[in-house]
Amino acid sequence: MQDLGIRVLFEGKNLVRLLGGLWVTLQISLLSVALSILLGIILGMIMNMKNPVVKVITRIYLEFVRIMPQLVLLFLVYFGLTKAFGINLSGEVSAVIVFTIWGTAEMGDLVRGALQSIPKHQYESGRAIGLNEFQIYAHIIIPQTIRRLLPLAINLVTRMIKTTSLIVLIGVVEMVKVGQQIIESNRLEVPSAAIWIYAFIFFLYFIVCYPISRLSVRLEKKWKD
Amino acid sequence: MKKKLLTTLLALTLGAVALTGCANSSKETQSSSTAESTQETATNDAKEEDSNKATARTLDEIKESGKIVIGVFSDKKPFGYVDSNGDFQGYDVYFGNRLAKDLGVEVEYVPVEAASRVEYLVSAKVDIILANFTVTDERAEQVDFALPYMKVALGIVSPESALITAPEQLNGKTLIISKGTTAETYFTENYPDVKLLKFDQYSEAYNALLDGRGDALSTDNTEVLAWALENEGYSVGVDSLGSIDTIAPAVQKGNKELLDFINEEIKSLAGEQFFHAAYEETLAPVYGEAADPDSLVVEGGIVE
Repeated sequence: MQDLGIRVLFEGKNLVRLLGGLWVTLQISLLSVALSILLGIILGMIMNMKNPVVKVITRIYLEFVRIMPQLVLLFLVYFGLTKAFGINLSGEVSAVIVFTIWGTAEMGDLVRGALQSIPKHQYESGRAIGLNEFQIYAHIIIPQTIRRLLPLAINLVTRMIKTTSLIVLIGVVEMVKVGQQIIESNRLEVPSAAIWIYAFIFFLYFIVCYPISRLSVRLEKKWKD
Repeated sequence: MKKKLLTTLLALTLGAVALTGCANSSKETQSSSTAESTQETATNDAKEEDSNKATARTLDEIKESGKIVIGVFSDKKPFGYVDSNGDFQGYDVYFGNRLAKDLGVEVEYVPVEAASRVEYLVSAKVDIILANFTVTDERAEQVDFALPYMKVALGIVSPESALITAPEQLNGKTLIISKGTTAETYFTENYPDVKLLKFDQYSEAYNALLDGRGDALSTDNTEVLAWALENEGYSVGVDSLGSIDTIAPAVQKGNKELLDFINEEIKSLAGEQFFHAAYEETLAPVYGEAADPDSLVVEGGIVE
């Protein structure tokens, strides 16, 4: 009877449902990451401005997002926007908004750091050979920034994928929630199902996150050499 | 010029974020972050009630849309759960299907967590909550309850080797409960010396008991009776604790039309002993001889 627990995985559409849950997880996290990278680059460049007002505002935003747990932000966007403004967003859209707000702050700070790490003489050399600001950024600064940034940005992807498990609390049925549903519907008949389901969820997270993590390491090595 | 524009845009964005934050009281924010039952029991003041822009759909709007949205559990067998084919099942779902059928609309089930059931109604995310929702005074201040369709008391299950036969025996010991449930409220108020070990999911709570992480577990008596039947070495030492509570559908406060429809439906279904049929279909296979249908089922909203 030892195999009973694992058998639950192959009952009905359970396996397909878990993979469907993984797809929801990936959709939300990858869309959030794409938006975060885009907005984060803009934010990072804004954060490098000399304007003290801009610096204060971006600092407040960064600290606000870092201090506030994602779960609170999820509740604020999902329930709060509806109550305050009558804006009724779905759980999926709320999740993308929250993870984009969080990801943009993280990414913005990474971009700021990467830009600041580029020596001043690079800018000066560009100007000396007659390049304008756009050309300096396009041909000198951005290529170097991307090299420093990409491994860190890839790391953000894996963090985003793992953090999406919070969205079960706003009614989004992703991989962890599907797993819990399968466990619950079998808990009286097959109490050992839990260990198998969670092991399979771990395996799914692993096969998604491990290659991304390896890619990050490879790129870091490649660009160091 | 470019810098000024960026500064203005940033200021506006932050302003919007701040406004969103201010719209919810700190009490709500705190409860949301822990996702615990404080979210359900916190009473909104009148000012906040008035400022709620989330208005529930009327009965006509539901009919017009051709779909009713019902919040149910997706992980609490046999009341609300998802089967291996991905379909919602259970006692609450059985009733939800009938409500939709008699209203002449499709039904969409939204999975809810115990701790956020009130919030789903207050923010009009669902039309009705049918998630094993126990009627309490605190909840009744925030939502409108229809007539009950079930009654329940709390029970305590523990290992036979150290059977708990009275709640007083738990003083100084660890009791496992699920967040946002009546058990949490009951023990917090009546037995403050009992250490509560709280879990989000029912399965996690039961696994914790099996692992010996607590001395006992408390939830609805029917639940613990059914679980003890399936798990050797465990018995229900307390099978009826506290007052007999009722379970009822809930709608957003002030949604009178929908409330009246549900009440009329519950009354009219008594003629065909609908909830006894629901019991036989959904609960009897799980509870077997452990529970008497008449001690659970309420017909016509009349608690005997």
